[in-house]
Amino acid sequence: MAQPQLDTSPKVSDEVRKTTCYMCACRCGINVHLKEGKVAYIEGNKDHPVNRGVLCAKGSAGIMQVNAPSRLQSPMKRVGPRGSGEFEPISWDEALDIAAGWLEPLRKEAPEKLAFFTGRDQSQSFTSFFAQNFGTPNYAAHGGFCSVNMAAAGIYTMGGAFWEFGQPDWEKTKLFMLFGVAEDHDSNPIKMGLGRLKERGAKVIGVNPIRTGYNAVADEWVGITPGTDGLFILALVHELLKAGKIDLDYLALRTNAPVLVNSDPNSPEYGLFLRDKAGKELVIDKRTGKPAAFDGEGVEPDLGGTHRAKGITHRPVFHMLAERYLDAKYAPEAVAEQCGISAGRIRKIASELARVAFDEAFEIEQEWTDFRGVTHKTMHGRPVSFHSMRGVSAHANGFQTCRALHMLQILLGSVEVPGGFRFKPPYPKPATAHPKPHCKVTKDGPLDGPHLGFVQGPDDLALDENGNPARIDKAFTWENPMSAHGLMHMVISNAYAGDPYKIDTLFLYMANMSWNSSMNTGGVMKMLTDTDENGDYVIPRIIYSDAYSSEMVAYADLILPDATYLERHDCISLLDRPICEADAVADAIRWPVIEPDRDVRGFQTVLVQLGAKLGLPGFTNDDGSAKYEDYADYMVNHMRRPGVGPLAGFRGEGDQGGRGDINPDQLDAYIENGGFWMEHVPDEAMYYKPWNKAYQEWAVKMGFFDAPQPYIFQLYVEPMRKFQLAAEGHGDRQPPDHLREQIKATMDPLPIWYETDQTGNEGYTVHALTQRPMAMYHSWGSQNAWLRQIHGRNPLYVPTKIWRENGFEEGDWAKVSSPHGAITVPVAHMAALNENTVWTWNAIGKRKGAWALEKDAPEATKGFLLNHLIHELLPPKGDGLRWSNSDPITGQAAWFDLKVKIEKVAAPDEALPKMGEQKSPVGTGPKQLKWKVEQ
Amino acid sequence: MTTLPASTEKKLGLVIDLDTCVGCHACVVSCKGWNTENYGAPLSDQDPYGADPSGTFLNRVHSYEVQPTEGPAQLIHFPKSCLHCDDAPCVTVCPTGASYKRVEDGIVLVNETDCIGCGLCAWACPYGAREMDQAAGVMKKCTLCVDRIYNENLPEEDRQPACVRTCPSNARHFGDLSDPDSEVSQLVAERGGMDLMPEQGTKPVNKYLPPRPKDTWEEVDILAPLLEPVAPEADGLLGWLDRTLGKVGGK
Amino acid sequence: MHPAPSIIIFTVLSGLGFGLLAFLGLGMPTVFGSVAFGYFTIAYLLAVVGLASSAFHLGNPQRALKAFTQWRSSWLSREACLSVATLVVMAIYGGALVFFNTKLSTLGLIGSVLALATVFATSMIYGQLKTVPRWNSWTTPALFVTLSLAGGALLAGQVVFTLAFLVVAGILQVIAWMLGDGRFEQAGSTQETATGLGAIGTVRHFEAPHTGTNYLLREMVHHVGRKHAQTLRVISLILMVILPVILLWLGVTYVTVALAAISHIAGTLASRWLFFAEAEHVVGLYYGQR
Ligand SMILES: Nc1nc2c(c(=O)[nH]1)N[C@H]1C(S)=C(S)[C@@H](COP(=O)(O)OP(=O)(O)OC[C@H]3O[C@@H](n4cnc5c(=O)[nH]c(N)nc54)[C@H](O)[C@@H]3O)O[C@H]1N2
Ligand SMILES: Nc1nc2c(c(=O)[nH]1)N[C@H]1C(S)=C(S)[C@@H](COP(=O)(O)OP(=O)(O)OC[C@H]3O[C@@H](n4cnc5c(=O)[nH]c(N)nc54)[C@H](O)[C@@H]3O)O[C@H]1N2
Ligand code: SF4
Ligand code: SF4
Ligand code: SF4
Ligand code: SF4
Ligand code: SF4
Ligand SMILES: [Mo]
Repeated sequence: MAQPQLDTSPKVSDEVRKTTCYMCACRCGINVHLKEGKVAYIEGNKDHPVNRGVLCAKGSAGIMQVNAPSRLQSPMKRVGPRGSGEFEPISWDEALDIAAGWLEPLRKEAPEKLAFFTGRDQSQSFTSFFAQNFGTPNYAAHGGFCSVNMAAAGIYTMGGAFWEFGQPDWEKTKLFMLFGVAEDHDSNPIKMGLGRLKERGAKVIGVNPIRTGYNAVADEWVGITPGTDGLFILALVHELLKAGKIDLDYLALRTNAPVLVNSDPNSPEYGLFLRDKAGKELVIDKRTGKPAAFDGEGVEPDLGGTHRAKGITHRPVFHMLAERYLDAKYAPEAVAEQCGISAGRIRKIASELARVAFDEAFEIEQEWTDFRGVTHKTMHGRPVSFHSMRGVSAHANGFQTCRALHMLQILLGSVEVPGGFRFKPPYPKPATAHPKPHCKVTKDGPLDGPHLGFVQGPDDLALDENGNPARIDKAFTWENPMSAHGLMHMVISNAYAGDPYKIDTLFLYMANMSWNSSMNTGGVMKMLTDTDENGDYVIPRIIYSDAYSSEMVAYADLILPDATYLERHDCISLLDRPICEADAVADAIRWPVIEPDRDVRGFQTVLVQLGAKLGLPGFTNDDGSAKYEDYADYMVNHMRRPGVGPLAGFRGEGDQGGRGDINPDQLDAYIENGGFWMEHVPDEAMYYKPWNKAYQEWAVKMGFFDAPQPYIFQLYVEPMRKFQLAAEGHGDRQPPDHLREQIKATMDPLPIWYETDQTGNEGYTVHALTQRPMAMYHSWGSQNAWLRQIHGRNPLYVPTKIWRENGFEEGDWAKVSSPHGAITVPVAHMAALNENTVWTWNAIGKRKGAWALEKDAPEATKGFLLNHLIHELLPPKGDGLRWSNSDPITGQAAWFDLKVKIEKVAAPDEALPKMGEQKSPVGTGPKQLKWKVEQ
Repeated sequence: MTTLPASTEKKLGLVIDLDTCVGCHACVVSCKGWNTENYGAPLSDQDPYGADPSGTFLNRVHSYEVQPTEGPAQLIHFPKSCLHCDDAPCVTVCPTGASYKRVEDGIVLVNETDCIGCGLCAWACPYGAREMDQAAGVMKKCTLCVDRIYNENLPEEDRQPACVRTCPSNARHFGDLSDPDSEVSQLVAERGGMDLMPEQGTKPVNKYLPPRPKDTWEEVDILAPLLEPVAPEADGLLGWLDRTLGKVGGK
Repeated sequence: MHPAPSIIIFTVLSGLGFGLLAFLGLGMPTVFGSVAFGYFTIAYLLAVVGLASSAFHLGNPQRALKAFTQWRSSWLSREACLSVATLVVMAIYGGALVFFNTKLSTLGLIGSVLALATVFATSMIYGQLKTVPRWNSWTTPALFVTLSLAGGALLAGQVVFTLAFLVVAGILQVIAWMLGDGRFEQAGSTQETATGLGAIGTVRHFEAPHTGTNYLLREMVHHVGRKHAQTLRVISLILMVILPVILLWLGVTYVTVALAAISHIAGTLASRWLFFAEAEHVVGLYYGQR
């Protein structure tokens, strides 16, 4: 028989529309293939800077998201009790009337009674613009429970962070060390980067209690005890210092190591920098032996020079640093047991770092001029790079640990150099160039400035005239002074407790706050449904925007259904969290590649309309008419600063990047270009960005800042010392007494490690962690017919030692308890795991009735959340106070400080606790899918 | 076409790098997406939103833990699709001729219009590379994206399997394994590409690159030359500063 | 392997039917007219019901005709061709007996050979599969054919042959079980060879590609408890061989033959259920299931 004749060139689709993925926040470029106007296939866009054609599992499954039965169909108002999921569909007019009816009186009388918090969407420059115009101080996005420790430590230390704001020099690095990352916001880029390292045979070290994913492909696995990375890193620092394997030139020229510090314990300025009249930090200039401003023309800072002025000795940061970390308490032997890493292995890693950084150093023939006016013939490569995320940051010592990691990078001279870690524009940007937090409320008027920012000392805290927290989440208070992203995880509990004050309307956007994004899930559900003595809800009103039938939907009074990512405009802006690469500036849009088939609206457009309806200044013209028709209109026509708008590309006549006039055809130009805009960093500006004249000038031209902002890295973070000084009794703004010791102990201006508070954890000895599965995005993935087949339930993975101790066998269940509660869940065995750690995939467990899944879906019967075991407050310590389960510096939620105990129990019929059931406003999905858009 | 061709002009196949695969399932889903929309019947899903969801996939990623005699356990992600065997038992068992191996490139395919859905080919395959679609009642398997790799409606650079194009970590390589100079053959030669279950005698075309040796760093003691102290401990901080700062140049 | 009722019924009934035809073709017994009609009806019912039952296993039975094309390489196709050939040849042979009281001996002989070849082909569908080591053995065709002969002889009332084939089948069955229990190990496929990771160390399945089930697991990964299997083996051996032998030993009456036949069929069904249920496919290695 002849072989069948095949058509090997079938038509692929009618049309390809290029936009930006939103199956997670990584924002890859996608080609959406359409047949008959319907989405047929999604693939990566090869020209796109973020993903260069590749696409992850979630991205490829977008078609199942856009067609998910869980999509909300129209605006709704609640008719049953909160949590029941009983709703009545309403029109958009009615929805906007209701929202405006609630908000208008608040704005007139007490704007702070609106708390507007948004999830992981990246239109924060826009949503904060709305909140600012409304006048409430109560605005933040998800960063506080996500990874603010990373962001804040990075920005305070080096003017840029891991998270997605920087990347290893993937092409040149030879040793890459990854701390506490399972998936990251930079999801595809990390995978692509690892691929490139592997191609070149570069070494990867994975520091992680769990060996899966990236850590599974790492050449060396360091199965560290959770929460001890800081100790481990400082032991590496100790070894490198002892051996003198540090980059002295780099430290002298690029960091505040030579900056002089007041060393007189009796001085009210003890620990502060010596500055000149202009406020510039002083160093000893090697040429003269005299103090000079650090950035003076041709200044050669001396790491060794001390200085005595007005009877006070000033020592360079370098001395303090060396003194501290040469101490034997940081020797590998001293930390080995606690970290679960042998001293010999710590030494081996230190010696490899030293070997690669110094023995494999290389030069790039590229001239550049630094901010002191000195021209360098070459760029000096140190091919060691690091990356880190929530494994370090989601601990209550995460800020300092992350600082320690940055210090290690800097000592090796491997930041912003070839082969090292590089910032993505518009970073680097020093903390001092960021706004400070604003919280001044004016009735019927806007807030006095941006909500979030970087405090430089006690004066910048968000306190009212009585010293009480000005914000509902108590961000920027003595409890967590440097909470640069706010504390979204404290909003509901504080609002419920009326502490620091009561609010009226809780307005949430894209955050599943009654479920996987909350600690103490059961408690939060109760707070959202609890009533006062009059039978009114304690949190009076809840407005929520979601695109899907999530758990949170059931707890809202008014639902503003969003369009899906292929049906709306979005702006991935340089004002926000851009999609740049280290060698290019880039931003992107989403645009409606298909029209919604339901009565839904893009949420940003709804905000534009609501802003106009409320008559908010940024949203209305002088005559009271609406300033923008919709979000697309705003994206094109809004101006933040002269020449700078939400989108940096195709400005003016369409030929200007960065700054330029409004271009009415801007969106078409983006669409034409594949949904993004990109411009390369000039060659001489590619590295040394904080100190590189060419980069600084280019950054001004691009509109990142209005004047050059060269700076030096802050090994010693002076603002932290200012908080300590206050705690020691100096200055007018004084912390409450009960916080003095905490501030003194934790706000050390040089990195430290401290054990997180273990009071109340007695008897709970096992670390319990979560990891993001690569093929799932938080809770959304479960509504996706393809993805939920991959992760439809989640066992608790148990290391061999605990497995044997409990006599576990396959199919067994365990009761897992913390000081706060207990869950009963299926267990599974894992050998490649820290012997005192258990873990599970995050956010697989679902509430019955949510996500258009059937009630007996495995997500609801066998899946579970660890969140039930994690409380937003630490166990009571008997001091009458409840301390929050957050980093004392930034307020970062300490998800990974959880300690549990485990016992084998008989398998219940379902995972415990059972969380009740919500009625699905969208029904459930079909019984079979045969997906094919016919040609 | 149940008999196997004596030889094929090319041996197109995949080389999968187990040292690099991070187990992200991207290849799994892009394969599902492409093949749902293209070759043959769509890949259906049963009970997709219910208690027992399952569906047809042509590519799946397992993970294994391997315990060496020395050192910690390793975890290896393991993607698996049809290996387009030279001696494909799935082809010879087929009663209808629906299963066949292409003479020009060695791709093993199912001609769905001939398939009676007896399932025997899936039984004959040692690798679990064939799945019967429950809605269409026909056998499904990796087509090596035969409708992409020659597709003139696609730009040249896209004429590769969907899973290869999408793999973020570049753990999947596509090419002609009969050509010793091809990139894939070179990879196999350099990295010791291996067959799965050679004892089954199927002579798979697809090869797997084994993980590189892991956890090879021996512990070092205090005398490691790279970590030799710059100053004797007794000299204290000042001694250390003296010596350290006295050094010239970068380190 | 999943013990699908359709396939168990198919192999058992068609085995019996073709076994009976084999004897009828050899003129054991030589019957004519309505008696012949009775015998042939039974044989055809068994064979055809069996074959039809196998169609339930098909995803697209309407295309079944295509299964006749690949006899050169496919045992399944051969089985299809042979079964039809047998049925056609035996129809002529039987027709001659029933309607013309004529015995076409040569044709009968050919039919008998075809009938046994059919059973052999059926057995080779399983016996050829290297992927299922328990089946991939001489015992599979030997047992299938002997059982078919034993059952055929029983239905054909050939007491001596019945006893002989039953005893041989019983012995073969025990041998098949004994050898079968070690076949998987002998075949040499392990998680280490399946993954190629054996050079690093011992391999353990960590996470499946999907948390639910799939076609492969439903079709090819089936577990029977060891105890359960042992009990079933004993029951099946008693019903399939021992009880019929005893019954026939006691005396050949309609009652004992009928009881023996029922017992034998029940035992064969149990044995066949075990044949599938106990068979392990190497694909289970990928799922850490053996
Ligand atoms: N135990 C544990 N808990 C954790 C974490 C952990 O590691 N362990 N991680 C924490 C972290 S870092 C984070 S960021 C949070 C994440 O927690 P969430 O931000 O709550 O995560 P999601 O489940 O993604 O919920 C977002 C909501 O957005 C909705 N949504 C999706 N797409 C759209 C859209 O296009 N428009 C609108 N309006 N809504 C949409 C979804 O339906 C969902 O209800 O979880 C936190 N919780
Ligand atoms: N596929 C997918 N991608 C996502 C998301 C998603 O839900 N799915 N969510 C996005 C969001 S909101 C975020 S915040 C990012 C987060 O991305 P990641 O930072 O990768 O967050 P996690 O998945 O929580 O992984 C934390 C890792 O830290 C490890 N870890 C925990 N404690 C310690 C410790 O003390 N030391 C060390 N060294 N390691 C530790 C855990 O084992 C785990 O591997 O991912 C983003 N990307
Ligand atoms: S990482 Fe995946 S889900 Fe996230 S944007 Fe990129 S393709 Fe989409
Ligand atoms: S892997 Fe399986 S389906 Fe593919 S050719 Fe080999 S035997 Fe056939
Ligand atoms: S299922 Fe289809 S392809 Fe497979 S053996 Fe049967 S007829 Fe052939
Ligand atoms: S080659 Fe094509 S059909 Fe085969 S696994 Fe890859 S994407 Fe799927
Ligand atoms: S896409 Fe690549 S890295 Fe991801 S699972 Fe597949 S082969 Fe592995
Ligand atoms: Mo996050």
